[in-house]
Amino acid sequence: MAPHSQDSSSARRLKVLSGHVARGSESSPAIERQNTSAGQSVWSQVPQAPPDAILGVTEAFKADKSPKKLNLGVGAYRTEEGKPVVLDVVKEAEQRIVNSPTGDKEYLGIGGLPEFCRLSAQLAYGECSKVLQEGRVAVVQSLSGTGSLRVGGEFLAAHYPHKIIYLPTPTWANHNKIFPNAGLEVRKYRYYLPRTRLLDYEGMMEDLKSAPQGAVVLLHACAHNPTGVDPSPQQWEGIRSIIQQRQLLPFFDSAYQGFASGSLERDATAVRMFADAGMELLLSQSYAKNMGLYGERVGALSVVTTDPKTTKKVESQLKQVIRPMYSNPPRHGAAIVAMILGNPKLYEHWKVELKGMADRIITMREKLHQALVDQGAPGDWSFILKQIGMFSFTGLTKEQVTNMTNKWHIYMTFDGRISMAGLSASCCSYLAEAMIDSYKNA
Amino acid sequence: MRHAAPAARQLQHTCQQFRTICSSSVSASGWFGNVEQAPKDPILGVTEAYLADDNPEKINLGVGAYRDDLSKPVVLNVVRAAEEKVMGKLFMEYLPIGGLKSFTEKSVKLAYGDSAQCIQDARVAAVQSLSGTGSCRLFAEFMHRYMPGAAVYIPKPTWANHHNIFRDAQVEQKGFRYYKPDTRGLDFEGLMDDLQAADEGSVVLLHACAHNPTGVDPTPEQWQQLSKLMLKKHLYPFFDMAYQGFASGDCDRDGQAIRIFLDDGHNLGCSQSYAKNMGLYGQRIGCLSLVCADKAEASAVESQIKAIARAMYSNPPVHGALLVDNILGTPEIKQQWYDEVKGMAERIIDMRTLLQQNLEKSGSSLPWKHVTEQIGMFCFSGISPEQVDLLAKEHSIYMTRNGRISMAGVTSRNVDRLAAALHKVTS
Repeated sequence: MAPHSQDSSSARRLKVLSGHVARGSESSPAIERQNTSAGQSVWSQVPQAPPDAILGVTEAFKADKSPKKLNLGVGAYRTEEGKPVVLDVVKEAEQRIVNSPTGDKEYLGIGGLPEFCRLSAQLAYGECSKVLQEGRVAVVQSLSGTGSLRVGGEFLAAHYPHKIIYLPTPTWANHNKIFPNAGLEVRKYRYYLPRTRLLDYEGMMEDLKSAPQGAVVLLHACAHNPTGVDPSPQQWEGIRSIIQQRQLLPFFDSAYQGFASGSLERDATAVRMFADAGMELLLSQSYAKNMGLYGERVGALSVVTTDPKTTKKVESQLKQVIRPMYSNPPRHGAAIVAMILGNPKLYEHWKVELKGMADRIITMREKLHQALVDQGAPGDWSFILKQIGMFSFTGLTKEQVTNMTNKWHIYMTFDGRISMAGLSASCCSYLAEAMIDSYKNA
Repeated sequence: MRHAAPAARQLQHTCQQFRTICSSSVSASGWFGNVEQAPKDPILGVTEAYLADDNPEKINLGVGAYRDDLSKPVVLNVVRAAEEKVMGKLFMEYLPIGGLKSFTEKSVKLAYGDSAQCIQDARVAAVQSLSGTGSCRLFAEFMHRYMPGAAVYIPKPTWANHHNIFRDAQVEQKGFRYYKPDTRGLDFEGLMDDLQAADEGSVVLLHACAHNPTGVDPTPEQWQQLSKLMLKKHLYPFFDMAYQGFASGDCDRDGQAIRIFLDDGHNLGCSQSYAKNMGLYGQRIGCLSLVCADKAEASAVESQIKAIARAMYSNPPVHGALLVDNILGTPEIKQQWYDEVKGMAERIIDMRTLLQQNLEKSGSSLPWKHVTEQIGMFCFSGISPEQVDLLAKEHSIYMTRNGRISMAGVTSRNVDRLAAALHKVTS
């Protein structure tokens, strides 16, 4: 019998509670529950998810009280003083945008800020690129790298006949979550050779050769995460050739353009090589690291097709994926990027700041390597200099990593990855000491 | 046709292979030669037609974004002030996967009431999300995983994108009667009958206030009855609240439906958007919250929603969260915001009054009281698609073909002409 609508709220609650007790259900009488079956909460079977592997490292670091602690976990850039950075050009651009009299906060179109999309494509493929001139690139603004990959994955699952994607071993952990959720089957190709801590080129080529025709292949455009191991230009040509021969579809993940070598053009070599060869491909771009826009979630997904007509259709279908996911992308970060890329002075200034960040990372590699050599580390550690970008795969085992954390208060992921961006010159010695100790004794 | 459970996916894959046997190798038109042009977004189409019209007196009653009496978009003063405070002072680091905790805490209080029991019991799972769409999508994905086989009941009609969201999350959709064309009001008997007949354990999507597209809301008494029915039938309430404060001008009043359900003991879900009520459309700032049985359950539920978010976009955008957090953070600024949102709501209500008065004065024999009885940004005028087309062609007045008028596009300058044109096409 439904309670009278004029009951006070506490009287109504009492009625609900006494109803529970009267039914003698297993539900605790002190707690009000929505029951869909006798005594069971709708969500009672939901298991606690494990903490995110990478983000969990930072949380553990924060809880550590040691003054010597080092966070080499998450891949966000830090200065020599261990501080995060907002680039000067970003501050400048943001000021201009916020103070603009004509600025508003209206919805962007589903595909995002058009200027941002146009300039992002230029940055990736080169201003004079054939694919751009021929109108063969569909571009949409996306939620940083993750968002680009997810939208690309869902688009492929819906419209591409071969729903298999090959990921390198190892790869960024989140790739393994994004693509299955998007509806693609994940397979692996060999990539990292533990023995050398460098590229397993033969293994990679073999695996690509035996992949079924039409399968998608995820490639890290530069500064492979987590290993820092990139193919040489010659190796890229070999990879490109096999992919073309086997009619595989390349999907580039470019999260570090400009950040790896310090040169925007150089870091785009692989992508441009494939595009210039007339190949269709997908590309995810992120501005999280190279513009320090991490939390603003700015990225772009582009699809290179064979002709302008197909490009238009593809773009319309990318929007169909986006609309039920978040309707349209956030405008703040994209406006900042568009302003920087579109203004020659700001663009030049950005390149200088970007090179500064890349150079500091390269310097850290040199200093760490030197410290290891000076402290008599056994074996060859030159791979630290050969690897590139924010991360280095140290080759430390799980046990050794545990030693790094428990004994030395150095936080890193269990796969042995360290973020060079978290290092400063003054800590290289300490890190080297810890690595040698862990390598020898743990 | 999209991805499904493993076995079903296999079947789909095989069928897909048969269908695309010709395109399973690269043809001259490449891998994407068979991709079809997606149908045009109906709302966008309205805007495009409007832009293409060179009549200086044209009126755009299509998209649902607030406009002032000069038809200009508005950035709230509290938003400008917040932006000054926030900009350049903070880093742009990644937020946690679940977003800015300070923001979600305030957001949940706004929705449920500051002293809501479920908040005091710390049993609300909440994550920052990408506005209303993002919240609904997270919920739909979560529901797909943890209420397998359950269907979602959606009002007829509803915001078109609801259908897309649940479809892409692979959740079965059913409809329940809601809008009554004869009265241009609520079909309460139909609604209650349909939900009475609904499968137990289903989810029911409810618009907390200012129903989109009809503007028709249940009365508090009707909400009470619905709440009781849903308890009895073990139906799960999921509220989409995109207009709190914007509908009546009073945040508590607009949150009434949710509060009624909470008081009755429902452990409900809620999607909040700050697009309209704070004018933060392009910032994509919202909150998904689920009231759980206890703290442990809330923790588990939150962890799984975060897992879904991580694979979709990793963590949400920081800018909008900082703005809302700032605005809701101090009583004075919050009050200023209340005043500004009331101002927007009142302009809309004034336009409704003016439009109805003009229509009644025009000599129209049709009933127009629904114009002021409906609430929020939209008015379901009740005119036919053909009449909509006429309005566009002969009067340069643009709206979606379901006859939905965005009241935000009505101003003191154009309301007379609008009334006259409406009368013309309907007489």
